[in-house]
Amino acid sequence: MTREEIYESVKEVLVEALGVDDDEVTPKAIITSDLGAESIDFLDIVFQLEQAFGFKIAQGELFPEGVASDPEYVQDGKVTDRGIADLKAKMPHFDFAPVEADRKIESVAKIFTVDAIVSFCQRKLAAA
Amino acid sequence: MRWLWIDRIISLEPGRRLVAVKNVSAAEDHLHQHFPAEGSERVLPIMPGSLVIEGMAQTAGILVGHAGAFKEKVVLAKVSKAELTADATPGCTLRYTANLTQRTHQGAATEGKVELRGPADDAFTEIGAINLVFSHLDHNGAGEAFPEHNFVFGETFKNLLRNSGIDPDKVEPLPIEA
Repeated sequence: MTREEIYESVKEVLVEALGVDDDEVTPKAIITSDLGAESIDFLDIVFQLEQAFGFKIAQGELFPEGVASDPEYVQDGKVTDRGIADLKAKMPHFDFAPVEADRKIESVAKIFTVDAIVSFCQRKLAAA
Repeated sequence: MRWLWIDRIISLEPGRRLVAVKNVSAAEDHLHQHFPAEGSERVLPIMPGSLVIEGMAQTAGILVGHAGAFKEKVVLAKVSKAELTADATPGCTLRYTANLTQRTHQGAATEGKVELRGPADDAFTEIGAINLVFSHLDHNGAGEAFPEHNFVFGETFKNLLRNSGIDPDKVEPLPIEA
């Protein structure tokens, strides 16, 4: 599958899971603030990606989990150097630039872009 | 009134499919308010679509709960899709078929078919589809703690299972795919 084809499939999943219009889904769109995803939608997106692409996604593989409550990763409401380094190594599908620019924990939501999900799927398919 | 929107489980394939029926009765009080007579319009009792969704949620929720031997607190988290093309009125029977499509430690997804048999019909006709996402409450993303007691699958549900020939206390949990 080309990246363009993967993007189209991801777009279909997001349109279905989040009830958004086709044209709202853009590569740079953030799935929470731009597309209105809530916590349960993350699980739904994982389920629908598994069905669309036929691979299994382990818990915490696509979206990071428990970061905010881990003192190694977050101190005084800010992501630590260790946190960034670990997350980068574990989750190469994300672009961490927004977190590097502003270490506040709230910045982490900004990395959940449509592009990141496409990159994740591309890596999974390449590894299969 | 008991919050039970299915009358009987008619078949169960553990971890795969559960089929249940609901008989719509004129003795159900709420039907007479939905919709009441108004002006020259006569009373028009219709089972609310939201309660049809609840019936499917109970059907699918039992399927998900059974797969985990009723240890998990299975709660409806999302209605992914709900389409209904006909109304259920007193004398009708609704048949809910829920298929388990995914199940993880965090939750499960189901796809469901709704069928209707009218008072004068011999057979069921498909009238809609309801797809749902369930959360396993003790594995919620927020990390919140809930009481140990399983308040989701109480005696009302257990009695329904027993009356349908399923012993809720003798169920082995099915493994979750890694």
